[in-house]
Amino acid sequence: MSEAILRTKGLTKRFGGLVAVSDVSLDLHVGEIHVVIGPNGAGKTTLTNLLSGDLPPTSGEVMFQGRDIAGCSSDHISRLGIGRSYQKTNIFLPFTVFENCRLAAQSRTPNAFRVFHQAGRYPEINRRAEEAMTAAGLDKRAGRIAATLSHGEQRQLEIAMCLATQPRVLLLDEPLAGMGPHESQSMVELIKRLTADHAIMLIEHDMDAVFALAHRLTVMVNGEVLESGTPDAVRSSPAVQLAYLGGEEILHE
Amino acid sequence: MDFAFFLIQLLNGLQYGLLLFLVASGLTLVFGIMGIINLAHGSFYMVGAYLAWSLSSLTGSLTAAILLAIPLTVILGMALERLLFRHLYQRDHLYQVLLTYGLILVFEELRSLIWGDDVHGVAVPALLNASIPLTDNLSYPIYRLAISGVCLLLAAGLYFLIQKTRLGMMIRAGASNRDMVQSLGIDIKLIYTLVFALGIALAAFAGMINAPLSSVFPNMGSQVLIICFVVVVIGGIGSVKGAMAASLMIGLAETFGQVLVPEVAGMIVYVLMAIVLVWRPQGLFGRA
Amino acid sequence: MSSRLARFLPWLAVGLLALFPLVESTFYMQLLTKVLIMAIFAMSLDLLVGYTGLVSFGHAAYFGLAGYALALMAPKYETVSLWWSLPAAVGVCALFALITGTLVLRTRGIYFIMVTLAFSQMLFFIFHDTKIGGGSDGIYIYAKPVMKMGDVELFSLEKLQNFYWLVLVLTALVYLLLHRVLGSTFGRALLGIKVNEHRMRALGFPVFRYQLASFTLAGALAGVAGYLAAAQYGFVNPEILSWHQSGAVLMMVILGGMGSLYGSVIGAFAFVLLQEGLSDQAWFGSWAKHWQLAMGIFIMLIALYLPQGLAGLLQKLGRKPAAEVADE
Repeated sequence: MSEAILRTKGLTKRFGGLVAVSDVSLDLHVGEIHVVIGPNGAGKTTLTNLLSGDLPPTSGEVMFQGRDIAGCSSDHISRLGIGRSYQKTNIFLPFTVFENCRLAAQSRTPNAFRVFHQAGRYPEINRRAEEAMTAAGLDKRAGRIAATLSHGEQRQLEIAMCLATQPRVLLLDEPLAGMGPHESQSMVELIKRLTADHAIMLIEHDMDAVFALAHRLTVMVNGEVLESGTPDAVRSSPAVQLAYLGGEEILHE
Repeated sequence: MDFAFFLIQLLNGLQYGLLLFLVASGLTLVFGIMGIINLAHGSFYMVGAYLAWSLSSLTGSLTAAILLAIPLTVILGMALERLLFRHLYQRDHLYQVLLTYGLILVFEELRSLIWGDDVHGVAVPALLNASIPLTDNLSYPIYRLAISGVCLLLAAGLYFLIQKTRLGMMIRAGASNRDMVQSLGIDIKLIYTLVFALGIALAAFAGMINAPLSSVFPNMGSQVLIICFVVVVIGGIGSVKGAMAASLMIGLAETFGQVLVPEVAGMIVYVLMAIVLVWRPQGLFGRA
Repeated sequence: MSSRLARFLPWLAVGLLALFPLVESTFYMQLLTKVLIMAIFAMSLDLLVGYTGLVSFGHAAYFGLAGYALALMAPKYETVSLWWSLPAAVGVCALFALITGTLVLRTRGIYFIMVTLAFSQMLFFIFHDTKIGGGSDGIYIYAKPVMKMGDVELFSLEKLQNFYWLVLVLTALVYLLLHRVLGSTFGRALLGIKVNEHRMRALGFPVFRYQLASFTLAGALAGVAGYLAAAQYGFVNPEILSWHQSGAVLMMVILGGMGSLYGSVIGAFAFVLLQEGLSDQAWFGSWAKHWQLAMGIFIMLIALYLPQGLAGLLQKLGRKPAAEVADE
């Protein structure tokens, strides 16, 4: 097993008196999918926000390739190579699918402050955008306005934008949310294809997908890590089965 | 500067600050609870002042004028909310800015048509038209102390209303979750109308009681509005506590500034704002 | 309408405008000059409001600052050279915009509106209360700037139509400049920031830097307009920095249609012509004095019922069907 590319230690987030995330330690490795599950309000999205820089932690470390990035801004973290998709679709609704991806790809261009060269004329950026669209299965939708896409297609665009920034680490927050079975299947296959070159943290409720994808599984309840390890170990943990009322039914494949 | 002089400036500064608080609290309430920026807020200050002047000329008494003018401005506020502002709740702030800017122009012209463009003085009520001696040759007008007193009372009343009553609780709830409040069966529309009317009544009342000190003149609304904006930026939007802290700070800074460094006194307020922007952009008591 | 025709129209418009001085009317030429200057002012604000999503209510600060810069640079009864005074005035505005931008861009939304207003008021007080700019009396600019090559005057700006052509050329240049900039990666990023600032940041864009650049450019271009306005009018006073000026230009942008350069030009035309019309005594007699009443009502109606502006109205009339819109 390779060295962890992203590792957190004792990560905590307090909002006044409320502790949303408490003393969470987990690590992500390239080639591995680490799934985080837990009931609503368990702190999963907050954890993702802490890792992506959308929120600063109250305490704890986030080590990326050996450097502590806790508290860094989200744009800095993105530029380091950590990409994130959102649970609530967070795309550019008035733009076309292609423009959404092109803009995302543009973020990697060092001298995008060039004010006279027209945006469509950067072949490198266009290529990256097309690759991202194709990977997410949206290449036939390139010219459509994002607001007119179906919900599932918007979730695909959400991922495509993330991919267009060519990250090393992917933080995916419920990518399957609201998708039908066919679309979910495509998304699961996409994530599987991405595994080889990326370190992936996945938050999901869809248990079929969870067990199809997880190399490691972490269960969060009330902001804390209840159990963490291989899917089998977690599934047979009595604590986990207790926490999920009628536990065995839910955790069976 | 000797002590008596210092005391006078201190009292003046506090009085000015408290008056500013009255106006600014209305602005910050309306914004914090309803999410509306009302550029015409200063116009209601002006309306209050002009009403006070014209009614006191008619009745011969400022007190009577104020008692008559308050219900008038409340009705005006409720009417405007129902007819105009109600359409703006879900809109971008830009359109609120534009609409209320247009309203300012309308108010200014109406004022010009109804009351003319001259400057007018307003007499202090006879009862309060005296001074307290401070030293052998310096005394302080009771009317100013009365203003400060009234402002403090209203501030306390506001605090009590918002923190300790059911209505206040509903107001605070409406601020954070309009839909939830509505689904609980509470008439959010009524609350908004009340809050709006309260906000501008405060501004108008401030104009009324300050009229003897400032006189009534065109543009008095714009002047007070800009200062109120600075108060709200420094104090933090939606925070009544912040409005109080910022108002007092500005009141004192401006008053002492005018005696100590008159050439740049007008700038002090903006320098303070710039400092707060650098150090704490959400305002002293604003939410990050 | 076909995009070929659409691209041809601006050139046609410029051509027609260039021929306008053949109509021998001093009044209308001066009016048109004023309109074009306001068009530059409106386009500069549209960059901020329509393309970057930053609503500034203090844009008159840069307009006025450039005017005062010219007034202070011009020696009392002599002429000043256009070649260095225009860039100098614009440079001052750009610098001031850079400095205030770093402060005001720490805020957003409603705070931003209030803070930009407050800063322009600060500038107003500086010029109104101190002797720097002649106080509330203002400063006269006795001679128009000169365009000289060595000792030879190329083009006398004292002649009405020459000044008009200069303004027309500058308006066209500003339009072209903004058109290029907005089509570049920088411009697309600004639009992205306007639509979804949060996601732009999450994608790795240093949003603050983009906003500051936009703010500075907008201030500089407003300076071009302010310089020309002062040169045309021959007089500056604190009113050019007032928030009424800021409100007027914001109104022009909305009236024309945010996020559309030609919309800002249309908006400037419509607003200035409306203002001239409403305050014309020949039409409205004694009511002309109270033109702001009608203007205020007009502004309110636009805010309530025509949020997309005139350009939006035009677009609706020539709308393409469905969602298939290919990008350029």
